Amino acid sequence: MKFTEIKNALSSKAVGIAGCGGLGSNCAVALTRVGIGKLVIADFDVIEESNLNRQYFFFEQIGKYKAPTLKENLLRINPKANVSDHIIKLTPNNIVDIYKDCDVIVEAFDKAEMKEMIVETVLSHFPAKPIICGVGLAGWGGNNLIKTEQFRKLYIVGDRTSETSENDPPIAPRVGAVSNMMANVVLEILLGKDK
Amino acid sequence: MKITLNNNTEILETAETELTITQLLQIKKYSFKNLVVKINGDLVKRGTYDLAKFKDGDTVDVIHMISGG
Repeated sequence: MKFTEIKNALSSKAVGIAGCGGLGSNCAVALTRVGIGKLVIADFDVIEESNLNRQYFFFEQIGKYKAPTLKENLLRINPKANVSDHIIKLTPNNIVDIYKDCDVIVEAFDKAEMKEMIVETVLSHFPAKPIICGVGLAGWGGNNLIKTEQFRKLYIVGDRTSETSENDPPIAPRVGAVSNMMANVVLEILLGKDK
Repeated sequence: MKITLNNNTEILETAETELTITQLLQIKKYSFKNLVVKINGDLVKRGTYDLAKFKDGDTVDVIHMISGG
């Protein structure tokens, strides 16, 4: 497929991203670059200096809300991008409302209990909607431990064991690898298998 | 009992014809706090692990959710 054909095929698709941190911001950038028709992004948090080791924000944006600031950065890549941003703490109720029209949902939270919550919500309310979840991305190296596993409509990307902690933090290379693999799964779902 | 657990064949040593998710978590020593559990593709909600049963030939997924993003 030529790039113009890829872009054309993606132009009618909507992707929901839950969380605008390390996974969400980098995944959103990849999807914007390839021309996804619409992105729906949500996050309640503001940018801190410690986020800049992996999240797609800039030093002068510290203190701003992540969701509208990510939109601003995505529009700098493509001023015609269609991005709907929400400053909101996601819950089972508002997830159903915010992401109901999305073709695919990307789980991009930090905390394990939030990951569980959105997967449970999406699987029970939208059993036919694909959801991609990032699990296991702390530290560095271990390229070949990162993989994608599919459980019907649920896709898990990551090494599935490296939990983040003070001594095993999430940092740009590995978080970027997982988030771009998640974007790659989005394309595989929307365009069909290529490889 | 022979099941498909997390996309792999798993043989569970048991005399029972059915097991609950709670029993499976004990047998496999799965101690993670946050899980997504499915039996034959259907979600088993948290709080129903004592009630949800599976049998020989079933497909069970116990997916661990761990922090990081």
